[in-house]
Order: sequence, then structure tokens, then C-alpha cells
Amino acid sequence: MAVEATPERWRRYDRRERLSRFFALLGTLIVVVLAWNALEMRYTYLWDAHDQLYDMFGRMTPPDVASSPELVGPLIESVHIAVLGTGFGVLMSIPVAYIAAENTARNRLVNGFGKFVIVAARSVDVIIWVLVLVVLFGPGPLVSIIALSFRSIGFIGKLLAEAIEEIDPAQVRAVAGTGAGRIQAVAYGIVPQIKPAFISIVTYRWDSNVRSATIVGLVGGGGIGEALQASMSVYAWREVSMVLLIILGVVLFSEWISSFFREKIR
Amino acid sequence: MLEITDLIKIYDSNEEALSGVSVSTSGNEIVAIIGPSGAGKSTLIKCINRLIEPTAGSIVLDGTELTTLSEDELRRVRRDIGMVYQEYNLVERLTVMENVLSGRLGYLNTWRSILRRYPSKDVSRAYEILDIVGMDGHEDDRVDELSGGQRQRVGIARAILQDPKILLADEPTSSLDPETSHAVMELLSETAKSNDVPVLINIHEVELALEYADQVIGLSGGKIVFRGTPDEVTEEAKDRIYRGATPSEAASDVSTGESTEPNQPLVSTDL
Amino acid sequence: MKGATTADYPTQWHRPPLFSNRWVKYMIYTALIAFFLWSLWESRVSLDRFLIGVEGFGRLVENAFPPNFGPEQRVRIYAGVRDSLAIALISTVLGIIVSIPVAIASAENISHPLFYGAGRLLISISRSFHSLILGIIIVAAVGFGALAGVITLTFASIGFYAKLVADEIEEMDLRQVDAIRATGASKPEVLVYGVLPQIFPRMVGLAVYLWDKHFRESTIIGIVGAGGIGQTLHNSFRSYEYDFSIAIIIVIVALVLLGEFISLVARRRVQ
Repeated sequence: MAVEATPERWRRYDRRERLSRFFALLGTLIVVVLAWNALEMRYTYLWDAHDQLYDMFGRMTPPDVASSPELVGPLIESVHIAVLGTGFGVLMSIPVAYIAAENTARNRLVNGFGKFVIVAARSVDVIIWVLVLVVLFGPGPLVSIIALSFRSIGFIGKLLAEAIEEIDPAQVRAVAGTGAGRIQAVAYGIVPQIKPAFISIVTYRWDSNVRSATIVGLVGGGGIGEALQASMSVYAWREVSMVLLIILGVVLFSEWISSFFREKIR
Repeated sequence: MLEITDLIKIYDSNEEALSGVSVSTSGNEIVAIIGPSGAGKSTLIKCINRLIEPTAGSIVLDGTELTTLSEDELRRVRRDIGMVYQEYNLVERLTVMENVLSGRLGYLNTWRSILRRYPSKDVSRAYEILDIVGMDGHEDDRVDELSGGQRQRVGIARAILQDPKILLADEPTSSLDPETSHAVMELLSETAKSNDVPVLINIHEVELALEYADQVIGLSGGKIVFRGTPDEVTEEAKDRIYRGATPSEAASDVSTGESTEPNQPLVSTDL
Repeated sequence: MKGATTADYPTQWHRPPLFSNRWVKYMIYTALIAFFLWSLWESRVSLDRFLIGVEGFGRLVENAFPPNFGPEQRVRIYAGVRDSLAIALISTVLGIIVSIPVAIASAENISHPLFYGAGRLLISISRSFHSLILGIIIVAAVGFGALAGVITLTFASIGFYAKLVADEIEEMDLRQVDAIRATGASKPEVLVYGVLPQIFPRMVGLAVYLWDKHFRESTIIGIVGAGGIGQTLHNSFRSYEYDFSIAIIIVIVALVLLGEFISLVARRRVQ
């Protein structure tokens, strides 16, 4: 019996796998380089970018605190937009998520419709919604509220549907087995199981909506974004930085509230 | 009280799980169904309250034919059938009390049940039952904070609160240690006697079955191969039931777990 | 309490309260509802405003359809889409590369407190400002065009990718890492052998999400001059070429859907 030589090296991937991994990496690199070239980016301004930033920073500081009283109104408007956008979005998402989840839909047609609504609502960014709606209804917070609601349906609906699909069906069946009606089985079997996911999704969306609400004004959606746009258009950089600071403050504050809620409701 | 006649269940995969099973029980009898894994014990139990839809045969509970009921009628009849599960199947995030009271949902108005406004006599009875099963003081605990034995007691409490005409138990002790298993079987036994209802227990620990049952049914390959009292369960009978497996091997068989038909809407009659 | 009759038990039961104090709970709920109603009131829309909108809808539909896919438009669309895709791709790759060290620094369990603070601060800044705002600043620094777009999205990646990867590192099993460290491995080796295997699947999943996000963002940062089809779209709105706008929007929607489909498939395969 011949003695087999013990392997000298151990490799995690055999030759074929290594080759395909290598080519995958190479392929990605090539695509990236191609993309880079396709953009034909001009680097002329890159070299003095830091100068520009420094210069702009200089022009932006100190922030124009005096202008802040005027900003309170638009700020509150942004908060309203976030509140209503999230609120309506949540309300409308719940039924949509219910019919879009594979395990709670009545039939494939209804299920497909729910999924379609979600995908349609998700596919277009808030800004584009606002752009279109501004043309329809004119500028103002209303369009932002509508836009945020729709987008929220897409986001909340999708994640909520996934959460519904992941529940333990045995718990629901047991409740139904006692003779409970459909709504009761949902209330006692499904709702408690998705509660943590629901809170997490809604607070995440709230954070996102607050940020969106602060900038929709750039395209005519009302709120503090409009003040930002106004200041920018007259190159009042110190006002701009004041607005940015306020935006930062609002975002951080709302995040703090969200994490508070998330902890409170396990 | 419960008459099952020639029950047949053939799954979509053409697997014949039950080939003409007939069972009858009444009074406050405890019926233990034993057999190896895959024999159809779980299928049989779940066909009774139509968690699994039988393919053919008749199930009559207290004079009502169950197999032909409409969705609404089935829901009403399910109130009279209490069920205890191997994995307890309690709503983990709800409290003990809510789980127990969910046994009365079939009698409660939807809105009030969502608001958790329960009728006083249901609440009193729930407290009483929790006392009986040994879980008094735990009403406010969340189920996921309880041990396995405690959860099963809550499951039994839920079933009792339904004030059912019959109690079904699908491997209620499989997830429990021996001492707790005995406690649960005791509880089921006492419940049968004090509530005067028959109890159908699907079980694979033969010793437990023999100790507590009034009637023993041996199921193998979808057919009944034994029917009699615990005393009549001889070694030969056990061999017949378990097809040559020794009793200790049979007792350590792992249950196949829940088997239901896939891709059905979660909340409908076909649960 | 054995021997007590049903009448001796409580007749009411309530869920244990969420907040320590019932008053705190009422206050918070009232505040939330009041705020909601206030927002509702402040945003009330007059009926004629709404009717004008509906009228505007009619006019828009007239102007916008049929969508303008003419030859010149197609060229502009093609250029815009090509740019957006390129920006998204490059930003994803660069974003991941940049985020990884930040993520490592921002993981409380493996990082030095100083680096942790700096990393988390960077993540906060990146997250707090919407990519449009970041875009404005970057455009002011490096001028209009795709370069600004790439830089903006790459920086914005940190807030998303670094944060989630850092969170993932914080949730990993430290024992595995300790075991590697105990063999005397160097810091980089510990990272590669101890940390990386645990977080790799999530990293890949997140990378796909990142690409998704970037692609969507790349379609709009053009509004502030950072290149891509967003710029094309914005310009078309500015010049009232609504039929062109509709064409662009249709293309964007189709592409986003396609991108979602691809990432869904990719995510399934990686799992």
C-alpha cells in the first residue's frame, strides 16, 4: 500500500472556486472603472475643494441666530408634515400590510394588489412625489403630507407584511381553535406578535420622515426646507447655517424620542 | 358524546394518514391514543376540530356532524371543543390572564374583547380555574416568562374556561420533564372528573397512558390496531402497535410535530 | 384558596399598565392626540384650493401625455440614467470601503473609547442630514456634476452602512473573538478570523440594501446639481416640459422596480 503524501497546504476554496471568486472581483473592478470613466467627472474643482469648504465655512459662521424667530413657524410646519405624514402613512399601511402578507391574504388576487400598492408606493422617492404634486396642487405643506404618507405606506407596508409573515401560526390557530372570530384571532394572535416589529418600523420611519420633512421645502413642499431654499437663493450663508443647525437639532431630538419609545415598549 | 366513524385523511402528497378510523367516547372517560410517530395520532386529533380537514368519514359531537359545518357554525362548535397542545400554543407576549380568557372569545363581542373588557363571571371563573391548575398569582405574568410546565397549565386553564363538551390534548406532555408530565396528566384527569367531560389524549409515553387512561387506542399506519383498557395492553399488544419496536424505543420517539396543510390563509375555517 | 367558591374571586381584571403611572400614560396619549389634531388643523385645506388642484390635474394630464420619448429626449434620458447608475455603483463600492473602518471604530465592544466617540459622531452627522443637504454643501465645494454626487452618496453611506455594521459587531458573540485573541493573534488577524465571519452575511445583505438606497438617491440628488437623472428631471420641470418629465419618471420607476427585483434575487441567493 503506497503511503499518501499529506497535503502541504490547506486552502479554503478549491481551485475552481478561487478562480471564480477572482473573476468576480475582477469583474466588479472593471465595472467600477467603466462607470467611473463614463461619468467624465471633472476634478478641476477637487484640488481647491478644501479652500472652497473653508471659505464657505467662514461665510457660514457664526450662524445668524437673530433669524431664528422667523424660523420657528416653518419648523413647526415641518413637524406637522412629519406627524401627519407618518400618522396617515401608518393608518393606511396596516390594512395594506395585512393583505400583502402571504399568510393573511384572502386570495392571490387581493394579495397581489396589496403587494402592488406597496411596490408602487416605494418606487418613487419622496422628492419626486413632491415635485409632481407641487405641479398639481401648488406649493405648500399639503403635498408633502400626501407624499410622505404614500412613501410611508410603501416602507411600513413592506416591513410590516414581512413581520406578519414571520409570526408563529400555531399561536393564532390555537386562539381560533377556541371558537374566536377572525378579528379576534387577529387581535389576540397576530397583533401581540408583531408589536415589537411594528414599534421599531414606525419609529424608524418617523426618523426618516422628520428628515424628509425638513427638506421637502427645497422643491416647494413647505416647512423649514423653504426657508433653507430662500436663504440659499440670496446667498445668505449665515442664515443657511442657522437653518442647518436647527434641522440637526430637530432630527437629533426626534431620534431621542424614538429611542425612548422603543425602550419603553418591549 | 363523540362518535368518529371511518375517518379517512389523505394528504395532497397522496399520503394516507388515516385509513378508516372509528373512535367513540362519552361521559368523563379518558381515552389515550398511542402509537409510533407518523401513525396518524396528531392527524386524528386535529381532524376533530377541523384544524386539519378530513377527506372522508363522519365526526359527530353531541349529535352534531362536524364535517359538514359551515365556517360560522364550525366556529361556534369549536367553543365546545377545548384543545391542549404539545407546544402550548399560547400567545407569548400576552399575559396569563389574557390567554386564559381567550378561551371565551367565541362568546365575547369583538369590540369588548379588543378592549379587554371581560364579563365579570368569566373573570371570576378564570381566577378559579387558575387556582385549580395551580397558577394563582400568575395572572399578570407574561407567558414567555413561564416555564414549560407552567405554560401547559395555562393552556389547560384556557381549555377549561371554554366549558367544553370535550377536551382534546395533542401530546401535552412531550415537551415536559417526567415529574411535570405526571402533574399535567393528573390535572387532565381531575378535569375530566370534575367537569364531566371526556378527554382524548394523544400521547406517546406509554407508561403515562396506561396509568391515567380509561380506554386505550393503539394507532399504527393510520389504522386502529388495538382498542381496550390499560390492563389489556400486553407486551404483544405493544409490539403490534409499535411494529416490533421495543416499548422503551417507542416511548423515546420524537413526535413529528404539527402537520397542517401549507399555503392556507391563516385566519379562516381551514386552520 | 382551595375550597373557595366562584363568588370569592375577583370579577375584574386589567392589563398591567405600561407606564409606571396611569397619569403618565394618559398625559402622553393626550399629548400625542392633541399634537396630531393640531397638525391636522394647521394643515387644513380649503375646498377651492383642492378644486384648483383637481383642475390642475386635468391640465397636467393634457400637457403630460403622451409622454415624450422623442430622440433628443431619449439621449438625455440615457445620459442621465447612465450617470445615475454609475454614481450609485461607485458610491456603493466606495461607501462600503469607507464605512468599514468607521464601523470597526464605532463598535463599543472592540474599539477604543476615543475612536468610538469619533466614529459615532461621524455616523451621526452623516445620518442627520438628508443626502440633499449634504449634496448642497458638496456641490458648493467641488462644483456641479457627478463628482459631487459620488462624494455625497459615499459620505451618506457612512450613516447607514457603518452604523448598521457597527450595531452588528456590537451584537456578535464575543467569546469567539476572545478565543482567537487567546491564541495570540494580532489585531488584524483577530478581526479577520473572529469578527468578520460573524458579520459577513449581514454585511452582504446590507450592501445590497445600500445599493438600493443609493440608486434611489442618485435619481434625486441631481436636483441640487449633483448629476444624474435627477438633474434631467428637475430641469424638465423648470422648463415646463411636463411630457418629458413624465417620460423620465416612468423610466425612473421602471429602473427602481428592476433594481428592487434584482436585489431581491441577489438577497435570496446570498441567504
